[in-house]
Amino acid sequence: MPSDSRFVPLEVKPDTTPIMIKHFTSSLSKFLSVVTLLVLISFTGRSQSIPEDAASISAGQALFNGNCKSCHKIHQQSVGPALANVYERAPSIDWIKAWIRNSAKVVASGDDYGVKLFEEYKKSQMTAFTNFSDEQIMNILAYVQDETKKGPEVASPAPGTQVTGGEGNGGLPSNYLNVILIGMVLILVLLVIILGFLISSLKRFLDQKNLSEEDKEVVHSPITVSTISRSRGFVFIVTFLVAALGFKAVINGLYSVGIQQGYAPKQPIAFSHKLHAGDYEIDCKYCHTGVLKGKSATIPSVNICMNCHRAVKTESPQIQKIWQAADWNAETLSFGPNQKPIEWVRIHNLPDLAYFNHAQHVNVGGVECQTCHGPIETMDVVRQYSLLTMGWCIDCHRKTDINSKGNAYYDRLVELHNASGKGNMKVEDNGGLECSKCHY
Amino acid sequence: MEESKKIYWKGLEQLTNDSEFVKHADNEFGQAPEENTGHSRRDFLRMMGFGMSAVALAACEAPIRKAIPYVNKPMDVDPSIANYYASTYTNGGDYCSIVVKVREGRPIKVDGNSLSSVTKGGTSAQVEASVLSLYDNSRLRAPKAFNSKTTWENLDKIIIDKLGSVATSGGKIAIVSNTILSPSTKATIDKFKAKYPSAQHVVYDQVSAYGILKANEESFGTAMIPSYDFSKANVIVSIASDFLTSGVSPIEATKQYAQGREVGEDKKEMSRHYQFETILSLTGANADYRTMIRPSEEGAVGVELYNLIAAKAGRASVGKGKSVTYLEDAANDLWASRGKALVVAGSNDKAVQVVVNGINDMLGSYGTTILGTPVNFRQGNDEAMANFIKDAEAGNVAAVIFYNCNPVYDHPMGANLAEGLKKVGVKISTAYKEDETGTLADFIAPDHHYLEAWNDAEPKKGYYSIAQPAISPIFKSRAAQESLLVWAGETNVDYFEILKNNWKSWFFTGGNFQAWWDKCLYDGVLEKPGAEVALSFAGNVSAAADSIAVNYKASEWEFVAYENGTVGNGSQANNPLLQELPDPITKAVWDHYVTVSAKDAGDLDFREAKTLYANLKINGKEVKLPILVQPGQAPRTIGIPLGYGRTKAGKVAETVGGANAYGFVTMVNGSLSFSGAADFKASEETYQIATTQTHHTYMGRQTVIQETVLSEFQQKDWQREYQPAVSTWSDQEDHKVKPGELSMWKGHHYNNHHWGMAIDLNTCTGCAACVVACNVENNVSLVGREEVINRREMHWLRIDRYYSSAVQPESWSWKQAEAAAENPEVVFQPMLCQHCNNAPCETVCPVAATTHSTEGLNQMAYNRCIGTRYCANNCPYKVRRFNWFKYHDNQQFATSNPAMNTDLGKMVLNPDVTVRSRGVMEKCSFCVQRIQNGKLGAKKERRPLQDGEVVTACQAACSTGAIVFGDINNPDSKISKLLKIRPTKNKDDKEDITLVDKIADNPRAYQVLEEIGVKPNIWYLAKVRNKSKVEAQVN
Repeated sequence: MPSDSRFVPLEVKPDTTPIMIKHFTSSLSKFLSVVTLLVLISFTGRSQSIPEDAASISAGQALFNGNCKSCHKIHQQSVGPALANVYERAPSIDWIKAWIRNSAKVVASGDDYGVKLFEEYKKSQMTAFTNFSDEQIMNILAYVQDETKKGPEVASPAPGTQVTGGEGNGGLPSNYLNVILIGMVLILVLLVIILGFLISSLKRFLDQKNLSEEDKEVVHSPITVSTISRSRGFVFIVTFLVAALGFKAVINGLYSVGIQQGYAPKQPIAFSHKLHAGDYEIDCKYCHTGVLKGKSATIPSVNICMNCHRAVKTESPQIQKIWQAADWNAETLSFGPNQKPIEWVRIHNLPDLAYFNHAQHVNVGGVECQTCHGPIETMDVVRQYSLLTMGWCIDCHRKTDINSKGNAYYDRLVELHNASGKGNMKVEDNGGLECSKCHY
Repeated sequence: MEESKKIYWKGLEQLTNDSEFVKHADNEFGQAPEENTGHSRRDFLRMMGFGMSAVALAACEAPIRKAIPYVNKPMDVDPSIANYYASTYTNGGDYCSIVVKVREGRPIKVDGNSLSSVTKGGTSAQVEASVLSLYDNSRLRAPKAFNSKTTWENLDKIIIDKLGSVATSGGKIAIVSNTILSPSTKATIDKFKAKYPSAQHVVYDQVSAYGILKANEESFGTAMIPSYDFSKANVIVSIASDFLTSGVSPIEATKQYAQGREVGEDKKEMSRHYQFETILSLTGANADYRTMIRPSEEGAVGVELYNLIAAKAGRASVGKGKSVTYLEDAANDLWASRGKALVVAGSNDKAVQVVVNGINDMLGSYGTTILGTPVNFRQGNDEAMANFIKDAEAGNVAAVIFYNCNPVYDHPMGANLAEGLKKVGVKISTAYKEDETGTLADFIAPDHHYLEAWNDAEPKKGYYSIAQPAISPIFKSRAAQESLLVWAGETNVDYFEILKNNWKSWFFTGGNFQAWWDKCLYDGVLEKPGAEVALSFAGNVSAAADSIAVNYKASEWEFVAYENGTVGNGSQANNPLLQELPDPITKAVWDHYVTVSAKDAGDLDFREAKTLYANLKINGKEVKLPILVQPGQAPRTIGIPLGYGRTKAGKVAETVGGANAYGFVTMVNGSLSFSGAADFKASEETYQIATTQTHHTYMGRQTVIQETVLSEFQQKDWQREYQPAVSTWSDQEDHKVKPGELSMWKGHHYNNHHWGMAIDLNTCTGCAACVVACNVENNVSLVGREEVINRREMHWLRIDRYYSSAVQPESWSWKQAEAAAENPEVVFQPMLCQHCNNAPCETVCPVAATTHSTEGLNQMAYNRCIGTRYCANNCPYKVRRFNWFKYHDNQQFATSNPAMNTDLGKMVLNPDVTVRSRGVMEKCSFCVQRIQNGKLGAKKERRPLQDGEVVTACQAACSTGAIVFGDINNPDSKISKLLKIRPTKNKDDKEDITLVDKIADNPRAYQVLEEIGVKPNIWYLAKVRNKSKVEAQVN
């Protein structure tokens, strides 16, 4: 079948990457945002009160979780400072806006507060969010203010207990199973005892009759292992069982060819999803940047790791490996010339003949990462959770409703589908089982 | 059209109904591979056993695959998402503004840039194929000095040293190049000349236009080539100019020409095109009236046309011309559309061009169809180049730098130059590959491939274009401009900075420079057209006519050396995409040949392209080339394609071999003449030319081509003549229904999209750029010469070239065929999977590997296919291709198919399309990867899909817009409007667009083999010839 030649390793030298079409737009947008900023600053009286309505707070929460959470907590210091009361602590709301959009610029401008903050946090620079609108920043502040007012959660249970609770819930069905098994064994034992009683009472009954010698011999013939094992029924059952089990084993074996469910190879760096995605609740999209954009979710590049690990847990030998890959210079806080990419072991391998696109599923379809990757936030070592067979794909395409809400692309389709009165529109109803949706 | 009794045939074999042809045409696959492996049943069992255990073993452990992310990911690069960069293709004087598709840092496809008003988004086969040249394994890895690898430092040191001593002794330094379109490069050369005042810049072109330059100097006072606008001409007369393939600006001309040829309900006018030529060129194949003339008559025909028009214009007649068929009609038509007429000539003789200028002057073409904006495409000076070679031979040249040119191969005096180079002290080549000239040079300082380099271009005065690198240099190459500057003593040279500063000082008019520069890069072009130069004719036509009479004498055999549409001038001869691309006219691949007329080949046996060698003696050179019998070729003439016979260009070109036709070119009247007297004799030695001419032929189905003439088309309520109907018992008046109306299938519902395509036979010029684009986009295997002979070419899209003659020969006699083949009309029909809604292939597949989608696509699942080939047997269009071999990772195909067999070549593969393996069927997918990508883009933005977002590779490559693809469920799409798609009624008697059956109300729209009821999703628009009545060519 089709070869590996679609994936040709290539040494890409990013430093000479040609100027992209986007460069123009991005520089333009930078320019525009600076202009807007200036305009806004000149109107300081306005829009400086942090909104308190629920809509702004929830919009702010979404933005916070998507963009800020990986470095900031409200009540605790994380990579960056705790954000509680930041709107009162910082010089001004405008200062916060300027800082969020481009902190380097604020530091470079010699702003006292900014420089102090920069020094305090080991000169690690905050990611610039140039595209944030005024409204978006105010929403984030609304959320922060709301959380500040709520105060730290005192009685929140430790994560450990939650996990145990989860296990307890999961344990129930297996207990049931045990009870059922024991019950069945008991019933079987009872049956054997009852049958024994039946035989002995039948024997007694027959003995009272006048039986011939031959018949008596039959009645009193002892039940031994050899008589059972020689009986025709037993031989048949055993042969059948062995053949059936053997057949099943062969079929299972053949079906598992190429399936790597549970594959959990050792990675060059002992990265823990449990720690990052579970305990610290860093959004998956923060590192897997391609997941909403394209086919690959992308394994994070070293510069993403370095956003935090230029300052966090720098002494760990695992983090030192990242530093080596980046050839990190802790003095100048810059990447060195001897960069060496990290060679991760690929866990999820689809054959080349199958086309899978993350953006279609996560962005358009709204599928959660966990649906296919399992409880990734509990995995210290990532393993392949799902089968990744065609049957597994098809099964989901049959069951899943199309995420058509708010997507004008599907409007006409939904209308036509509803007119047919076939219930919810599944993926299958829009050709989700067709060959050329995944094979071309 | 059966009614008009025209017959169509693909090759003479078909016309004469050759038994060999019939045998092959009936057999879908040609011969199956002969595989007498001699295996017995026991071997089979043994191998089965081994196979089973191998599978079991293989199942134990899957190979470990690595995923290697960037260390520092560039902001704009996302794995799996393509980036597009505007850039510029330049190859000597050839130009195209392009957009390069880059995946994960590697260019994988080149498309046209529609922002350029010169090429307007058009491309050519050579531009499309050029992306594979980037990954050519025969490229130089590092600079070379005296035939061994060296470092740049070392090379520079020696060269500076040597040039310095040449300069002190006052020796002559020559920089030889083809036409240079780049103003920054020219400025660089000027800097070099400032450092070495004895340096001279000699410019030549492979296919020279020096005659035009000189004629215009004589006629208008400046040696320049004006801009032609074929779209404004109602009457075009071409005297042996193949302006669609090898003219001054073929991509631009193709675009303009098609504009004039386009017809529709609201435009029932089109240009009329007369062609007078020797060989059947692509341009001639598109002409309405075509007359065969001998090369020696080109000038005389021009003089006669001048005299005919001079009689009307009241000017004095000159010299003595030669009257040929249709010439008077041409003159009448030209005169009638004065101011909207255009005459061009292919001759490189200034006398012929002066006569043509005189005609255009009388017709008022200057300022209307010929504009005074000078173009820079062909600036070569034949005399200067000849003088340079003579100088070199005389030992008067001390040092020479060949700037990206290869005159030892592609100049007529190449052999003399090779001799002369022995006397030159310092020889430097900057070619990116070691070519015939580079081999003779002491030093090779490899330039980047154009896709790796910064550059600019000025194709026309005031029209600028930028080339930006789409990949960082793969090898240790260096921009040739940097090399020149380093040798001129500059240090820290960065050609990018130089270029940027040049643009800043030349074109920037103030404001934010970075924003302006970014915009230039984004657009790829910067257009600041200046005022047109007024052209007032002052040439001496009479003297020109006299010179023509003196210079051209008929000989028994005459030859024409021409650039074909595939290999072109030979600079990309090592590109297998071009070698395997069937020549638009001859349909030959991987071979060099001479074309002769059917009449001259009367006694030859040329069945199924099995032919004889010819012994040629031209210009004192003797060569042996196989004969290809070409309908439409003037009798007693031979045509020889240029660009073959490369001896140092890489495996591909060297495998093809052939003869170097540049050697036949001579100097006539001060410029190179690509025709002349020849000596031709057929030998006894046989040869088989690989040609796809009769492959995939329908037998006896004349209705696949439908055409009419303009006068009929202009009539009210015009209908195509051929309207198939099926007889039925049903109670209707005439008991006949349209074939589509009877069906045993229930039909499909296409709720979402219904993809369809329209192909306009009127604007398709047959240039074959689409075929190459399809190959590159879809990772189509190239199979090589032997396999093409075995009828196993893999092209998903082929262009069927039909000859037609008016009358069916009464008997299949050789004489009849000869008459029909003398000067046939030509039609081009791109043929690809028709995506039938009642697809015959789908019903016969035993494993359901080919199925129908809810969007109207006929899908092919390679991983499901078991290779029964039933589908191909059942395909009425013969568009399915079978992988007889494993074409990837197979040394057997390493030469013909480098894109799948070398590490370097594999970089060109499209990662979104599976590379097919042995034993599976494949065919056109309507570029399903592009459809899926377009849909995903719309879904991500939560909006409906817009028309024009999904463009197939062939559509994108089509310079003339003959291919239109889109959603026919969308009434506002371009294709729906073009075809005038009307929905049919459903059971409730309501119009329902989601039904599979749709009616195309455009009277020109027809489906090929409509009568068999397979309901294709491709419509063709019937060809309209601008003829007064249906008639055959006469000669």
